[in-house]
Amino acid sequence: MTPGPALRFDGTARIEGRALFGDIALDLAPGDWTCLLGVSGVGKTTILRVIAGLETGVDFAGQVAASDGAPVSDRVAYMAQQDLLLPWATVEDNVLLGARLRGEAPDRARAAALLADVGLAAHGQKKPFALSGGQRQRVALARTLMEDRSVILLDEPFSALDARTRAEMQELAYALLKGRTVLLVTHDPGEAARLGARIYVMTEGGAEAVAPPPSKAPRAVDDGEVLASQAALLQRLRAGP
Amino acid sequence: MRWLGGVVAAALALGIWQAIVSLTDVPRFILPSPALVFEAWVTNRALLAEHTLVTAIEIALGLLIGAGLGVLTALSLASSEFARVTVRPILVFTQALPVFALAPILTLWLGFGLGSKVAMAVLIIYFPVTSAFFDGLMRTPKGYLDLAQTMGAGKWQTLWRIRVPAALPSLGSGLRLAAVYAPIGAVIGEWVGASRGLGYLMLLANGRAKTDLMFAALFTLGLLSIVLYVAMNRLTIYWLGRHTPGG
Repeated sequence: MTPGPALRFDGTARIEGRALFGDIALDLAPGDWTCLLGVSGVGKTTILRVIAGLETGVDFAGQVAASDGAPVSDRVAYMAQQDLLLPWATVEDNVLLGARLRGEAPDRARAAALLADVGLAAHGQKKPFALSGGQRQRVALARTLMEDRSVILLDEPFSALDARTRAEMQELAYALLKGRTVLLVTHDPGEAARLGARIYVMTEGGAEAVAPPPSKAPRAVDDGEVLASQAALLQRLRAGP
Repeated sequence: MRWLGGVVAAALALGIWQAIVSLTDVPRFILPSPALVFEAWVTNRALLAEHTLVTAIEIALGLLIGAGLGVLTALSLASSEFARVTVRPILVFTQALPVFALAPILTLWLGFGLGSKVAMAVLIIYFPVTSAFFDGLMRTPKGYLDLAQTMGAGKWQTLWRIRVPAALPSLGSGLRLAAVYAPIGAVIGEWVGASRGLGYLMLLANGRAKTDLMFAALFTLGLLSIVLYVAMNRLTIYWLGRHTPGG
């Protein structure tokens, strides 16, 4: 896989003439994690969907550009808070979904290897309902990796998980998505403080870059600087626009 | 336990029926007693079986063809904006016509044989199957479609791999409705013009004041419908069970 490019998002969004967000500019770190932190309803998901080329229901004026100049939306992989696993298909078939949907020959060996990477080697023939929430989200991660895209868009993929599973998933995803340009949309200051090489705080007033803790991600949850950053991010969120 | 409830309810209904006959002394050609109906049922079992077979074949063919056409229509409506704009109004308009009113015309065109009854059953189940399956196809969870789009999915692959499986429970509801409606279609067809079938036998028995035989035919038809519904229910749950969470 080629390393992820730097991405620049730049623009405004309006819903029926009313501004959803004003001029927002985000610079995504090439081959690393950028966290977009904000409360619900400020338009974080809209930004992510614009980058993914998905329908948003808003009038977006602006651009999404990659440092290498090539189009962005056909090299993204997308992972949401809902695992979006097809309930009628096995775990393996869910991981192979992309190939099937493009009419390509499924690479079973690679799917098995990725399932092993996420610790689910023995579960390939199970149906999603037989798995726990954390396991299902790991299948979704394997499915995302199977796409082998250089830009990864994560829409609060860990927010429905319990605290321990969430911490484990953050570390696993960080390790497996190495080298890709990742945009993580989150409302959890702790998550942004652990994972972001760059952190943006988005409020009704716009998006503002905030310096991440100096150490290298994924940072320890009990690291003093991470905790201080987490607190500062929360204060920044509460301060509002 | 559900079986027991059904048995108790049936026994209660038979008891009330018998009580009405005994207390009111109503003539047997108006309302025969359950015992008489049962007797007629046993005596005429060969006759009933012969006509049941005819009606059952009409229903089965009607279900097969009607469900097949319904599935194809729903698929084409779901995959083509053009079809939705052009075919759907026609479909709705045809449903505004009472299907029963078409029975004489179908008999005129297709004759007194199997064809007109099968056509009647097809007409009556076509819309519920089409409508249920089409609704399911149009209500694919949006997240699945977003995911498919980011994966660069083809339109037909998305239809076949995501939209159709996600709509199968809706198709199941349509097929269960069809199982209930199909016998109605077949019997209406037989009433308008036939020489065989349970509907024909009921008219015949009625004309000769053999009310007990008419009731026997009616119960046979009811039994056939229940068996059909239960079978369809089992079939759809078994077949579609794989496609629902927890199935």
